[in-house]
Amino acid sequence: MKNVLLQTATRYLLPLLLLFSVVIFLQGHNKPGGGFIAGLIAAAAFSLHALAFDAASTRRLLRVDLRSLIGIGLTLAIASAALPLAFGRTFFSGLWTSIGGDPATGDPGLKIGTPLFFDLGVYLLVVGIAMLLVLTLLEPAGPTYEGPADESEGDAA
Amino acid sequence: MDGPPGNANLLPVLPVLIPLIAAALSLLAWRSLAIQRGLGLAGAVGLLASAVTLLVEVERGPILVLQVGAWPAPFGISFVVDRFGAVMTVLAGVVGVATFVFSMGSVDARRQRLLYHPLLCVLLAGVCGAFLTGDLFNLYVWFEVLLMSSFALLALGGGVLQVEGAIKYVTLNLLSSALFLIATGLVYGALGTLNMADIALKVRAGDSPEAVVAVSVLLMTAFGIKAAAFPLFFWLPASYHTPPFAVSAIFAGLLTKVGVYALVRSFTLMFVAESEFTHAILLVAAGLTMAVGVLGAASQREFRKVLSFHIVSQIGYMIMGLALFTPLAIAGTIFYVIHHIVVKANLFFIAGIADRLRGTSSLVHAGRTSLYAKAPFVSALFVVAAFSLAGMPPLSGFFAKFVLLKAGVEAKSWTIVATAAAVGLLTLFSMTKIWAEAFWKAPDPADAPIDRTRSPKPPARGMIGTCTALAAITVLIGIFAGPVFEFSQRAAEQLLDGEQYIRAVLGEQALARLETGGETSGSLRIADGTTAEIGGPR
Repeated sequence: MKNVLLQTATRYLLPLLLLFSVVIFLQGHNKPGGGFIAGLIAAAAFSLHALAFDAASTRRLLRVDLRSLIGIGLTLAIASAALPLAFGRTFFSGLWTSIGGDPATGDPGLKIGTPLFFDLGVYLLVVGIAMLLVLTLLEPAGPTYEGPADESEGDAA
Repeated sequence: MDGPPGNANLLPVLPVLIPLIAAALSLLAWRSLAIQRGLGLAGAVGLLASAVTLLVEVERGPILVLQVGAWPAPFGISFVVDRFGAVMTVLAGVVGVATFVFSMGSVDARRQRLLYHPLLCVLLAGVCGAFLTGDLFNLYVWFEVLLMSSFALLALGGGVLQVEGAIKYVTLNLLSSALFLIATGLVYGALGTLNMADIALKVRAGDSPEAVVAVSVLLMTAFGIKAAAFPLFFWLPASYHTPPFAVSAIFAGLLTKVGVYALVRSFTLMFVAESEFTHAILLVAAGLTMAVGVLGAASQREFRKVLSFHIVSQIGYMIMGLALFTPLAIAGTIFYVIHHIVVKANLFFIAGIADRLRGTSSLVHAGRTSLYAKAPFVSALFVVAAFSLAGMPPLSGFFAKFVLLKAGVEAKSWTIVATAAAVGLLTLFSMTKIWAEAFWKAPDPADAPIDRTRSPKPPARGMIGTCTALAAITVLIGIFAGPVFEFSQRAAEQLLDGEQYIRAVLGEQALARLETGGETSGSLRIADGTTAEIGGPR
């Protein structure tokens, strides 16, 4: 199913939707939003691409293998939750620092903390899993397997 | 109340963290099956080691608590480890390690490549999270974590049969999750808290609205579905016989027990205000679960279907102990769970070996030679597990049933005692049927199996090793029934002493409120006090 209108629209919509997901991601600290929702928005954007073109070109667009993406996301989330331990703080405590702050003028600068990286991990994880589901469903099924549940062959032993 | 800062109090989350790290790393190493296998096994071994450490710690000292992110209870999420939670985590570790070892020889490489190992790790993390969390909503989250991975494992790489089983499983479990979530929302609406200790405090202080009893029954329904209790158990026998044997075994060993755990936690710690009413429902459900499960098993002619119906039946025994609600009965439930997890997982593993050796799981079409003659050792392993399940002395199941029956007699609940005893006999009948059909008979060669799609082949060494180790644990529980029972009693006392749990999570001041009578804003003020004490998370 090739649709020129959908494909053209997708070319313009994809960057906008991804930008929107970044906005939602960043505002999530104090307002509705955050890694999970933003990840879903990004996944919706890529799903649109997969529908307009095909699963293979979306995989090419994503560059990184989805399994790796899930792994990176989970690792990042765990690492940012565990990082406070290195500073003698409780597991999952927020560690914060600020860039370019000026105490004299009371300018807080740009605050960066472990919750941001935790959310980024969630974001990648959600994009990875959602896209893995969508792309697997869009791709033609592999050879169906009607054999028994337990088969032992190849390097199983 | 916050315990020592830093690494020292990381222990309560380690059984969750270790398998999650293993899952994350093995996802990154998706190209190499060998690395995934190694990481998975390492994750399960790490989980077991941390769980054993936890058990030793809580056996020696008080309940361990970790306030995640240093947010004070009841606002943050508390991880709480008492004896019951710790022993459940140890059992999860044992079954986890066994599953990884057994999978190496039995699950086909094609399936293993479909992220089999990371999924198992996430499943284990979810199970342990459910056992260790002290927050009702967090419990829901861990349920979802383990359910999502179990959905994937159940359907993984399967054909029509597996997908059909998975659909039934997913549908009923989603229904149960929805009920759980609704009930959680209602609890929050009624009590303004989701921290289990805080809920327990408010219910004990007597300032919980009547509606909480109704909500607790809703939760009972949700957990009852997960535990496969009567009347909503039919998803279990419809799905557990379809995935690979290793997956069946870990499901059979652990997943329904998470439901039982949640029931026990809810109806010993939190919802005890109307225990005569709620526990009466549980008692009826327990009796019917036992009876219907064992009768269902009697009509089945497939190895794993018989075993699946027996899971249902055994769940009845566990709920019976909870329903009787005496210290002895709760101890019986804990003993039963300890015994059951090991035996049931082992029976499914042995079913896998028998299937390998016979080339079929049907109990009608047996192999050409008697399995007993061909593989006497495997047959002996089956006898240990099956007789233990049926409650033959001196194996672990006998003591588990004995304690429950004794508790029933003491509580003068004659109906449930009679049911439990009769169901025990019928269990023996079922196990004898498997023994006769699958292990003993050498039928007429003309009676060739119709569904034989593969030729029999010898099991891998790891498979036999796994079953031997689990059978040894069963025998050891039988031999050391005394110490195990004493531990169960201590765990039961801890469960029934809700104040101990509340003190561990919310601190001494919380209980002072309890004595001066209920104040709705009590725990809020406590929380403010602790905030000043610990300092906010930033």
